[in-house]
Amino acid sequence: MGVKLLLEKAHVEGIRSYEVYRREGGYRSVEKAIKTMGPEAIVEEVKKSGLRGRGGAGFPAGMKWSFIAKPEGVPRHLVCNADESEPGTFKDRYLMEFIPHLLIEGLIVSSFALGSNNTYIYIRGEYAWIVDILEQAIGEAKANGFLGKNILGSGFDCEIHVQRGAGAYICGEETALIESLEGKRGNPRIKPPFPAIQGVWQRPTVVNNVETLAAVVPIINMGGEEYAKIGVGKSTGTKLMSACGNINKPGVYEIDMTISVEEFIYSDEYCGGIANGKRLKACIPGGSSVPILPANLLLKTAKGETRYMNYESLSDGGFATGSMMGSGGFIVLDEDQCVVKNTYTFARFYRHESCGQCSPCREGTGWMEKLLYRLEKGQGKSSDIDLLWDIQRKIEGNTICPLGDAAAWPVAAAIRHFRDEFEWHVTHAAEAQTRNFGLAHYADPIHVPTTV
Amino acid sequence: MSEQPLFKVTIDNITIEVPAGTTILNAARKIGGDVAPPAMCYYSKLQGSGGKCRTCLVEVSKGSEKDPRPMPKLVASCRTTVMDGMEVKNITSPKVLDARAGVVEFLLLNHPLDCPVCDQAGECHLQDLSYEHGKEGTRYEFQRRTFKKHNIGPYIQLHMTRCILCYRCVFVADQLTAKREHGILDRGDHSEIATMIEKSLESDFIGNVIDVCPVGALTDKTFRFKNRVWFLKPMDAHRDCPTCSGKVTLWNRGDEVFRVTARKDEWGEVENTEDGKPAWICNTCRFEKKQTSDWVIEGPRMISRQSVISQGHYAGNIGMHKPNETFSAVHGGRQPKLMMDIHTASEVNKPNIELSLINGPAHSTDFNSKKD
Amino acid sequence: MTKFSETQLTEFNRLVARYPEGKQKSALLPVLHLAQDSFGGWLSSETMDYVAELLRIAPIEVYEVATFYSMYNLKPVGKYMFEVCQTGPCMLRGSDDIVAYIGEKLSIKPGETTADGLFTLKTVECLGACGYAPMMQLGKHYREHLTKEKVDAIIDECRKTAAANN
Repeated sequence: MGVKLLLEKAHVEGIRSYEVYRREGGYRSVEKAIKTMGPEAIVEEVKKSGLRGRGGAGFPAGMKWSFIAKPEGVPRHLVCNADESEPGTFKDRYLMEFIPHLLIEGLIVSSFALGSNNTYIYIRGEYAWIVDILEQAIGEAKANGFLGKNILGSGFDCEIHVQRGAGAYICGEETALIESLEGKRGNPRIKPPFPAIQGVWQRPTVVNNVETLAAVVPIINMGGEEYAKIGVGKSTGTKLMSACGNINKPGVYEIDMTISVEEFIYSDEYCGGIANGKRLKACIPGGSSVPILPANLLLKTAKGETRYMNYESLSDGGFATGSMMGSGGFIVLDEDQCVVKNTYTFARFYRHESCGQCSPCREGTGWMEKLLYRLEKGQGKSSDIDLLWDIQRKIEGNTICPLGDAAAWPVAAAIRHFRDEFEWHVTHAAEAQTRNFGLAHYADPIHVPTTV
Repeated sequence: MSEQPLFKVTIDNITIEVPAGTTILNAARKIGGDVAPPAMCYYSKLQGSGGKCRTCLVEVSKGSEKDPRPMPKLVASCRTTVMDGMEVKNITSPKVLDARAGVVEFLLLNHPLDCPVCDQAGECHLQDLSYEHGKEGTRYEFQRRTFKKHNIGPYIQLHMTRCILCYRCVFVADQLTAKREHGILDRGDHSEIATMIEKSLESDFIGNVIDVCPVGALTDKTFRFKNRVWFLKPMDAHRDCPTCSGKVTLWNRGDEVFRVTARKDEWGEVENTEDGKPAWICNTCRFEKKQTSDWVIEGPRMISRQSVISQGHYAGNIGMHKPNETFSAVHGGRQPKLMMDIHTASEVNKPNIELSLINGPAHSTDFNSKKD
Repeated sequence: MTKFSETQLTEFNRLVARYPEGKQKSALLPVLHLAQDSFGGWLSSETMDYVAELLRIAPIEVYEVATFYSMYNLKPVGKYMFEVCQTGPCMLRGSDDIVAYIGEKLSIKPGETTADGLFTLKTVECLGACGYAPMMQLGKHYREHLTKEKVDAIIDECRKTAAANN
């Protein structure tokens, strides 16, 4: 059993209510932070903890907090990014739905650290029922003196508001989220200025993911140094993984980032193996935008070493033979799945979600979708594969926000590792409509040269 | 005015000093020529514009004197400010040229090839961009997107299929008119410029959207299909206008005024008046004053001599240079009287045939004299 | 006549009060949700103009936003909208079959509404329920782990509720 910091109490009967949450030790971190620590000390603890943003980019949270500008007389804001929309990711929803007070607690401490008197939770519009859960939790926290005016006699005032989005993946990008919070189209802003200087309503703003803010609670409770001892290297603490696809036990798991990918997939404590007794073909370990890996590169790195479930190990080998931790959306494909089809649905997703502001993403995502559709339907040409490669290459890095990269990477990785499956859709077009390419050689051991 | 420190920036190996806060693009424009990156969405006179089209991407090979690390990605030069000691590569960077060719391809993907019937042809920034930075042909094999047609009033013609979503017209409406009535609707590759509810745009200064539009998406309805810009002579003129500066460019043929636009500088942007403010013109000047007598003509307008508009218009430093290769030089000393006079050399035509007397179109049989 | 009731206005005021003075435009997204729920499940241009007036912003600002986000319906929809997710993780678990089955059962294609105005079928992109795939959104809630039997039950349930409310 690994360490659980976030979900340890998630299944205690009635944990959604303030009474039970408090009885189980909830809101201790608020008391500790407000009564015995100052804002700077909290930021210091978070820095020491090595906590990395759990939204996908993995940027150190403490460092992000230390960037916030503090001009005299200008209010600052903390915004919680609950616009969880990356295909494969549903951990924030789980956390908010089952243990909402943990997020509220983390938000209070973080708001205190950043000096945010009005903190916003921007939640994706589809999670409509969770808004009620959160608002109830906020109401309870307020009734018990953890929110509102003069929290615990400290003189610190804080209100938390829940803002619903309305269906736009792009609003998970922090500046698009800010635009949306201002009641505008979710067009990402051109940076600089960064939100820490000019965010919502031109005021200094920090935007953090749900899981990141919830992790502040154990960090304050146990201290940053203790937190940093969990995990390995720069992957400190625990991480919520959303496991889905063709596995026996899809769901949200908290891991301490020391377990191997193999254990995560096959252990009964986690995914419980591939469903229906099939074999593993491929996996997208960090949400739809990170590179897909064939089974043989997923379980072992190109160097032949065991691959672990943490930031460093998952990205070992770069994009050539590795992938990324991303937002922790672990999508598993069994031997009967079609990588071309899967890539097509992702391309369709990104075309649908592109805001349309900058030309490479607006035009490129649609083009890739059309080509992939054609290939999947057996109407493609082999030159389409090279063309796809060239299009993704011209989108990547050339757009305003990371959505362009997110759209390009899955296509690139699918072609990089599964090119023969793409080619088969061209050379065996009719057959490709009746059956899948299958596992082929994707689980074969990779030869690792050794020096004697 | 507070003293702004000067920053040294090197673009394509040319070093200049610019005030802190200047963008790479504006620094490059000071150098001029090919060093200035192309810009389809940035418009220096519209606040907040830029960053979207990605044609002005450049490589920053050295961040600054203090932090010499190169920037990991290409940056939009229109929205990135220079740092002291920064080194930038534009046309000297193969990466930039490659990315830019990609952007051109993306912009043309859904752009109709209707230049022959487009009023913007000849002064279209997308034409210039594709010519200068694009590759031959397209690899796109799907249907181009289309939109429901919207009528936005008697003055402005909207061709949404040609739009590249630069947002300039939205900034114009925001910054020059009291109330914006059009905007960007929908998202992604369906985004369009529209009013939602069929509505005509009628604010006093809304006509300026035509001048800022880099393509033929917004054109002058009063000029629609009337003439090609390269057949017209641009003349600077002014009138006493109660609403705007009244300083315009007339596009004439003979004494007939075909079109009125603002005066544009070498970057295709509206020029400033003496007070340093952009000389946007009002709808009355643009659409209603089409008589030469409405205007005081100042003289011919300078147009870049690369432009098709300047071909053959004026001698001297504007327009084309007189060619050195004279007919006789080309013909090896011979002095043909008329280049058109080919009948002496060829029998394919009979100049003595009166075409107007032939019933219907002429056929080869009309010219081929029968041997019998 | 498009106008919020007393209770809806109270909710409107609560939403606007969350933002700083003069930043009432920030309430646009939640207010559009409120308007959509209040006025028949979709946003007519009359509704949008009303929202613009309430928030003291230009109508175009409302149109721009309403057309950007996928949850706002700009055309009338059925009483029950089946929004079935079809992105990768759901596709891997057979969402295509579910979409086909619903379409067959209700004799409509994605994007269409049944003649009786009861059901609309819509395919959507990832709703964040990948571990519980295949799934769909029905009103405020998710219906997960869909099977043909479950779809049958949901359709029956909707028909019964609709009949009871008539």
